[in-house]
Amino acid sequence: MLTVENLDVWFGFPPDRVDAVRSADFSVAQGESFGLVGESGSGKSTILRAIAGLIDSWSGRIEVAGRSVTGDRRDRAFYKTVQMVFQDPYASLHPRHSVDAVLSEALRLQGMDDIDNRIQRLLDDVGLGRGFRFRYPHQLSGGQRQRVAIARALAGEPRLLLLDEPTSALDVSVQAEILNLLADLRAEHRLTYLMVSHDLAVVGHMCDRLAVMQHGRIVEVMTVDALRQGAARQDYTRHLIHASAGYERV
Amino acid sequence: MTDPLLSVRNLRVTFATRQGEFQAVRGVGFDLGRERLGVVGESGSGKSMTGRAILGLVRPPGRVTADRMELEGQSILNLSERKMRRIRGSRISMVMQDPKFSLNPVMTIGDQIIEAYRLHAGGAKGQARQKALDMLAAVQIREPERVMAAYPHEMSGGMGQRIMIAMMLAPDPEILIADEPTSALDVSVRTEVLNILDRLVRDRGMGLIFISHDLNLVAQFCDRVLIMYAGRIVETLSARTLHEARHPYTQGLLNSLPRLDAPVDRLPVLPRQDSWRDGGPVGESLETDLPGGL
Repeated sequence: MLTVENLDVWFGFPPDRVDAVRSADFSVAQGESFGLVGESGSGKSTILRAIAGLIDSWSGRIEVAGRSVTGDRRDRAFYKTVQMVFQDPYASLHPRHSVDAVLSEALRLQGMDDIDNRIQRLLDDVGLGRGFRFRYPHQLSGGQRQRVAIARALAGEPRLLLLDEPTSALDVSVQAEILNLLADLRAEHRLTYLMVSHDLAVVGHMCDRLAVMQHGRIVEVMTVDALRQGAARQDYTRHLIHASAGYERV
Repeated sequence: MTDPLLSVRNLRVTFATRQGEFQAVRGVGFDLGRERLGVVGESGSGKSMTGRAILGLVRPPGRVTADRMELEGQSILNLSERKMRRIRGSRISMVMQDPKFSLNPVMTIGDQIIEAYRLHAGGAKGQARQKALDMLAAVQIREPERVMAAYPHEMSGGMGQRIMIAMMLAPDPEILIADEPTSALDVSVRTEVLNILDRLVRDRGMGLIFISHDLNLVAQFCDRVLIMYAGRIVETLSARTLHEARHPYTQGLLNSLPRLDAPVDRLPVLPRQDSWRDGGPVGESLETDLPGGL
């Protein structure tokens, strides 16, 4: 579904050039859920943005559903296949567009017909009742907003969802609801996920395999089973697992 | 038993809205000794508002009332701004969530720490400078001289948070209120910042109020935990017995976290009940029990 080979992403020009991602390699199979974990600045979100066409300064190969992409230009077919959900549901919805306007715009851009019924179905899919259709973002809680953002991503019936920390701005009980929703949607629509998170436990819950990143490089690709069994091969991964486990008094 | 550093009873923070009065904090009471007290709750539970009310940082139209709010026996409820300023910073300090927003971007770090220190302790500039260097060393900043001359944007998040802690600790406060001090930090940096806070509490006998949404972290770090829901304390626990929590809300919070060591297919969601809003707290009596180091 997705292949990334020898991906380099940089910002700026020498001598100030920053290499945000260095020779990243991984592939995600159809229907798989793949996680990218690492600390801030490790380049995990940058990979997502390069795939989505939000960054043009990259080299290497990105192939989505058998088709290579270039630069920051993507055609309609790409956006029909790939959609992204962002971290902050407070920032990713237009404050003066109602849920109805957000979803109908997305549907129209995807060239869908029967928009009225599709909005209804999208709202049902993400567990929002009909009563939410004409609300504005400020009338929604964080979890409800993220549901709207997910509904918007689903509008074009994509096959690959890029999830950039979809629950890190939410309370843990709301996080549980959204993670359950994402798991259900993946099963129902046979979606492929590429999920970025700094939270190992969230990735462990959602994904089949994961890549651990540090300083722009992928240090290890492992299965979640290996993660759970503590079978990390790299020191950095072990360090990350240990630190995520919480605080130990010294 | 020693007298508590801070004693709060029936604290309420009220905001007048178009729909009538809204109470963000509804009758919170606790005692703080020389210990690490965790305050846990979800967004909107009133945990940050509790911290702000103690420091007199609730601005009109917000109103703070309490039966008692005493710092070592002396009432600090609704003091005049002038009197409050003498307490805030020097006797009770606060570290906020994001160092990016609490440091002045156009002042060097050294100048900011020196300014904060001299405001409270007075003294000559050279002496304040030495104190600032000592504080930076105390929070394990490797090259304090270099950092003193740097601007906040040159610092990473973890450095920024350590600098904030250094600044807050320079006047030797008795109580530190830390409002989500590690939420904006990476896990490995988080451990370092917590180690620093932990050592300060132990060595200086400070009282620490640690406000967080992360129940597990608080349980590992603190001595005692207050669980807040909808502006009230629903449960008080000693941190070691967190996993024996009796309130369904606390249990629900614990269960809704995904865990690496205990995989589940579906995460249990938290069914909220209206009765939690007004039911009495469960757990030990708030008035007496102060486990840990008193």
